[in-house]
Amino acid sequence: MKKFEVQNIKDTRSGFGAGLSELGKTNPNVVALCADLTGSLKMDAFQKEHPERFYQVGIAEANMIGLAAGLAIGGKIPFTGTFANFSTGRVYDQIRQSVAYSNKNVKICASHAGVTLGEDGATHQILEDIGLMKMLPNMTVINPCDYNQTKAATIAIADYENPVYLRFGRPAVPNFTSATDKFEIGKALMLNEGTDVTIFATGHLVWQAIEAGHILAEKGISVELINIHTIKPLDAQAILNSVRKTRAVVTAEEHQMNGGLGDSICQLLARELPTPLEMVAVNDSFGQSGTPDELMKEYGLDAAHIVAAVERVIKRK
Amino acid sequence: MTDIRTLEQTASQVRRDILRMVHGAKSGHPGGSLGCADFLTALYFNVLNHDPKFNMNGKNEDVFFLSNGHISPLFYSVLARSGYFPVEELKTFRKLHSRLQGHPATAEHLPGVRIASGSLGQGVSVAAGTALAKKLEGDKNLVYVLMGDGELQEGQNWEAFMFAAHHKVDNLIVTVDFNGQQIDGSTMEVLGLGGDIKDKLLAFGWEILHMDGHNMQNIIDTMAKAKNAAGNGKPIFIIMKTEMGYPIDFMVGSHKWHGIAPSDNDLENALAQLPTTLADY
Repeated sequence: MKKFEVQNIKDTRSGFGAGLSELGKTNPNVVALCADLTGSLKMDAFQKEHPERFYQVGIAEANMIGLAAGLAIGGKIPFTGTFANFSTGRVYDQIRQSVAYSNKNVKICASHAGVTLGEDGATHQILEDIGLMKMLPNMTVINPCDYNQTKAATIAIADYENPVYLRFGRPAVPNFTSATDKFEIGKALMLNEGTDVTIFATGHLVWQAIEAGHILAEKGISVELINIHTIKPLDAQAILNSVRKTRAVVTAEEHQMNGGLGDSICQLLARELPTPLEMVAVNDSFGQSGTPDELMKEYGLDAAHIVAAVERVIKRK
Repeated sequence: MTDIRTLEQTASQVRRDILRMVHGAKSGHPGGSLGCADFLTALYFNVLNHDPKFNMNGKNEDVFFLSNGHISPLFYSVLARSGYFPVEELKTFRKLHSRLQGHPATAEHLPGVRIASGSLGQGVSVAAGTALAKKLEGDKNLVYVLMGDGELQEGQNWEAFMFAAHHKVDNLIVTVDFNGQQIDGSTMEVLGLGGDIKDKLLAFGWEILHMDGHNMQNIIDTMAKAKNAAGNGKPIFIIMKTEMGYPIDFMVGSHKWHGIAPSDNDLENALAQLPTTLADY
C-alpha cells in the first residue's frame, strides 16, 4: 500500500474558503451568498475581499436558493454556503424547481456534512444529503476528501456550467492530496492499485480507507483504493475496470447506506457485473452528540470497520 | 407604446386563448389567468422593454417572472401574441411533448420562460436574484414579478420581502394579484393575513402602490408610477385588485374556477362574451 505524505491536518471547509477566495480574484462573475454562517463556512475571506459580490441573506435558506437561481439567470455564478442539512433537506423543493429542473448554474456548497460535525448532534448531522441531491436530474454531486481536493473542486466547479452540490465537513483531517492536482469532475482517482479487493471511498472516509489499506497489507491482502469524489455522474468505467480485476468490493462513506455512494455502486454492479459487496456507511440511523472520532467509531465508519468489511467480502468471493 | 383601446382588444383575444387552451387540454387554471389578463397584456405590450428574440440572461432588457405558475395559459398566450413563439403552438398546451407544460418550465426551451414555477412562493426570491445581477452589471432595466395572493401564505415570500428591503433591491417591482380566492375558498377563510397587506409590506420597508387590475388606463398609469419609484432605495409592491374569472359572468369572483376546465357549453357561453380581435389560433 502506497504511503501518502500528510502535509498538514486541515478542515475541508477551509479548502472551500480558500478556493472561493481564489475564484474571487480570477473570476469576476463568481458571487457568494451565505445564510448567517460566514465564519463556519470560511467565506469571510471572500466577503472581505469582494463585499460587492457577497450577499448575507440571514437565516433564510429558501430565499437564498431562489436568489442564487436568479443571479444565475443574470449570468452570475452563485455559490451558496450553509451547513449541509440546511443546504439540502430544508430547501429541497426550492432546489428541485428553481435550480435542478430549471437547470441553473448554481453551486450549492455544504459544510458540516455527516456525523463528524460532532457535538451539535443529529439535528445538524445530515446523512441523507448525497441521496437527496443525486436523485435530482441535472444535479452533479461532489464530495472531496481533504483540504487540497476541496479547494481544487471549488475552483473547478466555477467553470462547469451545471447545478452542483459540493459537500465538505467541519473536522481537521489529514491533508494528503497534492496542492497542484487538477480536479476533474466525474473522474475516479486511483490511489493504490491492488488485486484482492477494491475499496471505493468518498469524503472523509478516503483517509480511513488508506489507513485500512496499510493494516490489510500487513495481513497480506492487496487493496485497490479508488477515491470517488464525484458521486454523480459516477465514473462507471473506472469502477467496472477495477471490479473486473478484484472481484470484491467495499464502499465507504459518511452517509446513510440508503442513497449514498454504495447505493450508486450497487446499482451499477447489479446491472453490469454482480459482485460480492460490503458497505461501510450509517445503517438507517440518526447520529448523536460526541467527538468526531468517537462518532466515526460508534457508527462504524473508521479504518477498523473498513478492515472488517474487507475481510467479510473476501470470504464471499 | 400601444394605446389603451388596442391593449383592451389584445386582452380580449388573450382571454379567448386562455379559455380555448384550458378547454382543449381539459385541464388548467382559467380563473387567475382571466383575472390577470389585463395586467400581463399591458406589461408585455406597453410596459416592458423586452426582446421577443429572447435571451435567457435578460441583459439590457426588463425581465419578468411569473411566480404563480398555474396561470400559465395567460403567460403562454401573451408570450405568443407578443412574438416569442408561433401562436399556433398554443394548441399544444399540456399535451405530450409540448413546450407548453402545465406549469412554466425551461427544460423544453420555450422562449420567454426563464425559470420553472408552480411550486409557489419562489418567484420573488428568483426575481430579487436577477435584480441583484442587474445591479452588478450596471444594467438599469427592471425586474418584474407577478404573484398570487394565496401564495402569500408561503413563508419564503416573507424571507424575500425582508431581504429585498434590507438590501435595497430597488429595481424590483412585485405585483400581487389580489383576487381574494384560492383553491379551498376565499383567502380570508383559508388563512387570512390578519390585517392589511399594505401595512405589512410598508413595515418591511417597501414602496406600496395600488392598482385596479381591470382598468387598462389605471394599469398603465400605475406601472409608470412604479417605474418612477424604482431606484429610490426601496423595492416596489403593487397591490392589484382583480376578480378571478373576470369578465365571464358565470366565473367572476368564484374560487370554483381556480383550476377546472370549461365544458363545451361553458366555452361557447364564455367566448360569446369576448370579441375576437386578433383571430383565434
